[in-house]
Formats: sequence, structure tokens, C-alpha cells
Amino acid sequence: MLIFDHSRPGRTATAQLPAAGGSLDDLPAELRRKDAPALPEVSELDVVRHYTRLSQKNFSIDTQFYPLGSCTMKYNPRACNSLAMLPQFLARHPASPDDTGQGFLACMFELQEMLQAVSGMAAVSLAPMAGAHGEFAGVAMIRAYHDARGDTARREIIVPDAAHGTNPATATMCGYTVKEIPTDASGSVDLAALRAAVGPQTAGLMLTNPSTLGVFEKTIADIQKIVHDAGGLLYYDGANLNAILGKVRPGDMGFDVIHLNLHKTFSTPHGGGGPGAGPVGVSERLLPFLPIPLVLNERGFYRLAAETDRPQSIGRLSANLGNAGVLLRAYVYARMLGRSGMLRVAEYATLNANYLMAKLRDAGFELAYPERRASHEFIVTLKKLKDATGISAMDFAKRLLDYGFHAPTTYFPLLVPECLLIEPTETESRATLDSFVEAMTAIRREAETNPELVKGAPHTLPVRRLDDVRAARELDLAYQPAG
Amino acid sequence: MPFIPHTEEDVSAMLGAIGAKSIDALFDEIPPALLSGTLDDVPEGLSEMAVARLMQARASADGFWSNFIGAGVYEHHIPAAIWQITTRGEFYSAYTPYQAEASQGTLQLIYEYQTMMTRLTGLDVSNASLYDGASALAEAMLMAVRSHKTSRRVLVPKTVHPIYRRAALTTVKNQGIELVELDYDPVSGRTVLPADPGTFAGLVIPQPNFFGVLEDVHALTDWAHEQGALAIALVNPTTLAVLEAPGKWGATGADIAVGEGQPLGAPMASGGPYFGFMCCRQAFVRQMPGRVVGRTVDLDGRPGFALTLQAREQHIRRSKATSNICTNQGLIVTAATQYLSLLGPQGLARVAAASHANTVALAGRLAAIPGVSRAFESPFFHEAVLKLKDNAHDVLRALRAQGILGGLDISAWYPELGQAILVCATETKTDADLDHYVQQMERILSKRREAPPCAYKS
Repeated sequence: MLIFDHSRPGRTATAQLPAAGGSLDDLPAELRRKDAPALPEVSELDVVRHYTRLSQKNFSIDTQFYPLGSCTMKYNPRACNSLAMLPQFLARHPASPDDTGQGFLACMFELQEMLQAVSGMAAVSLAPMAGAHGEFAGVAMIRAYHDARGDTARREIIVPDAAHGTNPATATMCGYTVKEIPTDASGSVDLAALRAAVGPQTAGLMLTNPSTLGVFEKTIADIQKIVHDAGGLLYYDGANLNAILGKVRPGDMGFDVIHLNLHKTFSTPHGGGGPGAGPVGVSERLLPFLPIPLVLNERGFYRLAAETDRPQSIGRLSANLGNAGVLLRAYVYARMLGRSGMLRVAEYATLNANYLMAKLRDAGFELAYPERRASHEFIVTLKKLKDATGISAMDFAKRLLDYGFHAPTTYFPLLVPECLLIEPTETESRATLDSFVEAMTAIRREAETNPELVKGAPHTLPVRRLDDVRAARELDLAYQPAG
Repeated sequence: MPFIPHTEEDVSAMLGAIGAKSIDALFDEIPPALLSGTLDDVPEGLSEMAVARLMQARASADGFWSNFIGAGVYEHHIPAAIWQITTRGEFYSAYTPYQAEASQGTLQLIYEYQTMMTRLTGLDVSNASLYDGASALAEAMLMAVRSHKTSRRVLVPKTVHPIYRRAALTTVKNQGIELVELDYDPVSGRTVLPADPGTFAGLVIPQPNFFGVLEDVHALTDWAHEQGALAIALVNPTTLAVLEAPGKWGATGADIAVGEGQPLGAPMASGGPYFGFMCCRQAFVRQMPGRVVGRTVDLDGRPGFALTLQAREQHIRRSKATSNICTNQGLIVTAATQYLSLLGPQGLARVAAASHANTVALAGRLAAIPGVSRAFESPFFHEAVLKLKDNAHDVLRALRAQGILGGLDISAWYPELGQAILVCATETKTDADLDHYVQQMERILSKRREAPPCAYKS
């Protein structure tokens, strides 16, 4: 039932209406609307009940284990939310002068400093509003750097084939062409292919480390040297920073620019698809190009730096200081963890991943890279199961929902057939991981004995499997009442 | 250990299952030279109670203000129900709804949101949101350029928020797109069309514009279409309760409508998170960036919802995607959908009308003070530009000493206006709030006239 089905002409949530309206007669009639927009006409209880019920149709971290690879679905501490939503913080207009927001700006400055420390970069800007937005800022800085040196022949960004789709899409948005390089049999960047790919046309390489295959790029020192020797810069996609937080710093690996996904590593909520935050960090040579605003500390007074302070900046990415409330949540999280807590994130995320990988291997599941250590995630391939039973990774994923587990990431990375990319995160207990292994084992047994049950899954959710083809062919993107 | 449930017994059993001696041994593929020492620049962790004390102290230091700044972000009442429901864990801690069957709550909500936005804008389709108003504007420009055979130019009036113009430029300039500024009429504050614009892919039409002034959107839309370009409406969603929908502008309607979603239930919160909305005609749906939810059926023929048109997106199309955008601002859309439901057509119209009435009253009373005048003669919605004979920065600072944020100083962005501030009074302002502001403005200006400060800068 849609909210529109609750609507009755003339019904209002009266308590929400301002007491007085006002005349609009001074506005030209031709610029005014003739018919009121057909928004729902419902009571407050209608709204509360309808959206509470909708919420109950979702899986979430608060209700289910959510081992979605490369998404870092860990517990989002409640204090981060309540302290970011203190009424004074919520009431502050973004164009208020800096002297009305010293408390807020102090948090932002200290967050910049902490992110700088854990990333090993020379400076951090909080401006980007998502990981992909951070990628855009990072590659735009790479371009600004080469352009400022008159090195305009560098038109190409190199991206490993295991990379997130945002990497090549970002390079395109920054006016670059994309060259993909392959992964070798052990899951690492193919060094020979990288050597062959670099040249005077190379603007940079975008790399995720640990990669989306769940392994650390052991040859990062060689990769770094090959790209830098060719005159290119190194971009670090922070999607998997949770695996090495406090253990290894991207700056120490030789990266020139990075983005961090605060909605992953710093546990801000995913919110059903955003808002996130994707701060960017840079090495010394990219400092002048950082996006604004930046938070400056001038003898104890916090101030937002603008165009006049940073004439070479790539500019603004939004109308304000990015997703400020998300940044506040990340700040609270970082303060609760502190330096020891951050180190434990990487340690226990890695422990959980390697434990779950070992248990699944012992239960007979095939690992994509059995000879490698898992980082904070790893890949199971169901290719053989599919060949034997016809049950695909997607069928398996859907059946996991019936067992009360959110599915791992499926069919990504694209180069491992019938893959499940599994990331348990550090906040899950051993007991939860064990019960996940039991569910996986039970589903495999079902695949062998009763494949139709698995193919028809899920059976226990509000809907059964949805017709994606029809959704794309017969587009229904907005409700049109019959008649 | 904060948020880590492991007991010592767990750890040793788990290491045993892995066959590793210690947790450190799990990092043995990382070259030892790369391992960091301690994070000396990060302070030690605090308990929730200690962090709460720190944050409460900082929030208190920032305090509450009587706010009359708008400029793209508006102080509206937010019904209590909205954020209580929005921060339910099932919405708050869910991911992007890739597993549709386990995400019907979020997916149905987005479908309802898309429906509401198409009804507000009078256009055919809506996406699931973009980052904010400025980034939505940039994406609309990219759409216009993709849809045009030859031109990579977009016309942007100076009556568009100056920071939107800059943010859009950051986004589009690396694709060789040129933004061409259009002047405004100094008397009316409305955009003036150039005699010879050359070929261009799109025209941005703000309504109301940055000055709060209503543009002649019908003429602008028709003119863009006559020139073979797309008409991009940049609109405030509150005002759409009473102002003509972009889909009905001119003879055939605007092609794309974008804007800042913040007025629909998002707190101002120092700048975010908000969301950008984007609607367009059906013909451009495959050029639209971002997530889109469609209604379909399940195996039993029951209705359900799923992400659709994913072939446009980065995770499928990679370097050929319409945009690199991945996440949207789902949680704020969750709030906005409830806001639009709770307010309904009557409520939203009343918020719009009350904000208009308060701003008309405030601007009228302020402009009656000697040394203050309205910058433009034409009708405005819920913001107005006031010219000051005094120094705007100093006057605003003096108002601040009385707890009043008296508006935004726009003198540096529009030097031709002299000393000018942009003021806004939404439905949240009472007569007493307006009285207080007007009285303080009178007092400050008269005091400064009688005894000009030594450091007075004209």
C-alpha cells in the first residue's frame, strides 16, 4: 500500500500547519500554480504508521548480519547520531559567520587532523560528499597538478580491472581516457602489464589496496616506482581502508592523493544509500589544489578557507561544507575509538575475515585466492556448484536472506565467476560468524538436494524474487492512479 | 575495546581455526617496512559519556541565533516524527537497496519520493536524489550537453547563487564545458537575455532567483527552446506548492528541474547532509544520472520495487556511465518523503505563503528605515536584497551582538549593488522576531550615523 492510498481529500496533519498563511496576491498570476500538487493528504498517524511499517521491510545492520563485501557494514554507534544531532548543531545556518560556529569548526579541524594522521598525508579536505565525489576531487587535483606544470600530454588514467566502477567513471568525468590493466593469477596487479601501460601519456594510476579481491598488493613499492618514474601520480581509493586502519598508512605507501569513505571506515550510517562522506588527503605536491572549504586554525580561531586563501584550489564541490552532519558523526566515532581503538579496527576486521574464510574453506567452499591471506574481506567462488547444480551466486545470495543474513556482494569483482565477496567487519561476534557458516553449509545442501527451493528464494520476505527485466522494460518510476 | 565483541577466548579459538600465532601474523603479506608505528597525533579514546560532555560543551558554545539568512538553505519547522522515524535502525543502518527483496522499505519510500517530486515539478520522472542542489545543477548541465549534438556551452544567469555557479564549474570544466554568464536588469533583478547568444546546449532558469526575485520563466523557457537548447529549471521545492511547476513553463515546459532538497525536512546543520533533487521529461530518462527506483512484480505477480535503469550507472557501464555517482542522499530523502506527506499540498502551500508574507513584511519594514532600501522593484518570494548606506559587514556584526543573524552580505559577489544584504524570514519567525530585528536595525543604524566608528570604511 502506497502513502497515496491513505490519502483522502481535505485530510491534514493539522498540528504541522503554520497557524497563519499569508497572501500571495502580490505575485503575478501567470507565475503562480493553477492546481495544487497532488501530494498525499494524510494524518500524522498515517505517516508514522506507514513509514514505520516500511522500515520493517528492510534488512539493516541493526537487525541483521550484513557481510556486504567492500561496503564495511559495521555497527554505527548510536552516540555518533545523537551527538551530531544536538539542537545547536542542527540549528546552525551554513552561511553563519565562523565566529558563531567555533564549537562545530573545532570538531571539523580536529577531524581533518586525525584523518591526516591515520592516512599519512600532508593535508585533508572534508569537502567531498561521498566516495565517488572524493574520487572526482582527487583525479581533478591530479589533472590540476599536471596542467599547472604545463604537462598537458598526460591524458590517460590507468585502472586495474578489479577496480570499482566509480574509478573509470571518475576518470571520464575529469576528461581522461581510461586504460585497464589485468590482474595476475595470485590476485595482484600484473606488474609487466603496468610497465607496458605507463608512458608520457600517463596522468596517474587509481588503486585500491587492499584490492577488491581482498588481498594486499604486496608489490606496492614496485607499483609506486613504476608510476612515479613515468611521471604519473598515485591515487588511493580508500574503499578498503578498514583493513589497514592504523596498521599501514597510504601516505607511507607512496600515494599522492587518497579519499576515505567515512561511511565505511568511520562507521557513519549508510542510510539506505547515503549520505556518505569522502574526504580527500594529499601529499605535499598536491597541497595547493585541495578543494575548498578547508578548516584553518589561526591561533585558536577556526575559519573556513575560501577562494582567496587557496587560489590554485580545484574549487568547490558543493554549496557548503560537504555533508557536515556526517562529518560530525565520524568525529564522534574517531574520538570514542582513539588511537588504540583505530588500530583494533584493522586487527579485528582482519581476524574476523580470516576466521570466516578458514571456516568456509573447512566447510568445503572454494576460495578464489586460497593461497593468500584475507584482508578484511575475501572471495568465495560458486562456479563448481553452479556447474554441478545450476545454482548461481545470485540464487545463493537470495536464499541467505531467508536465513536472516544479508547477502554478501555478488558478481563483483567482475573477474571472479559466480563470486561472493564477504566482509564480516570487526563488530561481529564469533557466534554470528559461526551461524553464517552453518547457513552457507545448509544452503549448499539444499542446492544439491532441492535446487528448486534455492532457485525460488527468497520465500520469507515481503516479496519474492522481483522481475528486474520488466522493471527496466516497462518503466514505472512514478505512481499514476488508475483512471 | 569499543564496538568489538571478542573475548580472549574467542581470539585464541579463532586464531587456532586460522592456524595463525597472533593477530599480527595475519598482516604477514604487508611488507614490514610499511607498518606504521603508533598514531601519536590521534588522542586516546574516550567513553561515550566523556565525548558527550565535550560535544555538549561545543554545541552550547555555538548557541542559538535568531536567523534571517536564507541563500539556498532555509530554516523551516521540522515535524518531530520525521527524524524519530528516519533514524530507526532499519532506515539508518541499511545499505543501498541492491538486494531488492530485503530492501522493500527503502525502495518503496524512494518510489513514493519520486512520485511526489514529479508532482511538485510537473515533470515525468525523478531520480532517487543527488548530493545537493549545486551538484544537481552540475549534473543537469552535463545532461544538457550530452543531449545536444554540437554545443558544450551552458548559459547561466548571474542571478543563480554564486557558489552554485562555482561548484558547477568545478564539476563540468574538465569535460571542456563552458559556462557563459548572463546579466540581470539592475532595476528588476531579473535575467536579461543576450541578443546574440551563439549556440548553446542549455539555459539555467532559477525560480525564485538568488535575489529572491521571480524570473519570467515562461519567456526564458520558450527562448531556450527556440535556440535549440534545453531549459534547466533551478527551483526551491517549498515554493513549488504555489508557483507554477517547471513542467508547465512556457509553451512546452522546462526539460529538467533540479534544486536543493534541504527545505523539505533537513536541518540546516552547518551545511548538510541535504540532497539534490532532479526531475526530467521521459525523453531524457536514460541521460539522467543517479539511482532510480521502478515498480515491478515478483514471481507471484505481487507488486514490488527495485533499482532500475542500472545500465546507465558506473557499476555496469564503468568509463561510459552517465556519472560516477554511486550513493545518493537516501536518509535525507527518507526525511523529505515524510515531510511532504505530513505537510501535504495545504501545509506546504501554507509554509510557502507564510514565509513569503514574513519576508514581505520584514523587507518592507527594514526598507522604511533611513539608509536601507530595496535593491529591486519586482516581486520576490521569501528573500529580498536590501541596499545599505552603511557598511554591510559592520552592520551584520552589530546585529550579531544582539543575537541576530541579519542576513547574508552579498556585496563582494555583486559589487555593482554597493553594500547589500540578502534577508529571509520563513514561517518560523513570529511578529516579535521581526519587531526585534527591525528595532535593532533602527537602533544600530541611527547610532552609527550619529557616532560613526573610527575604522569606518565606506
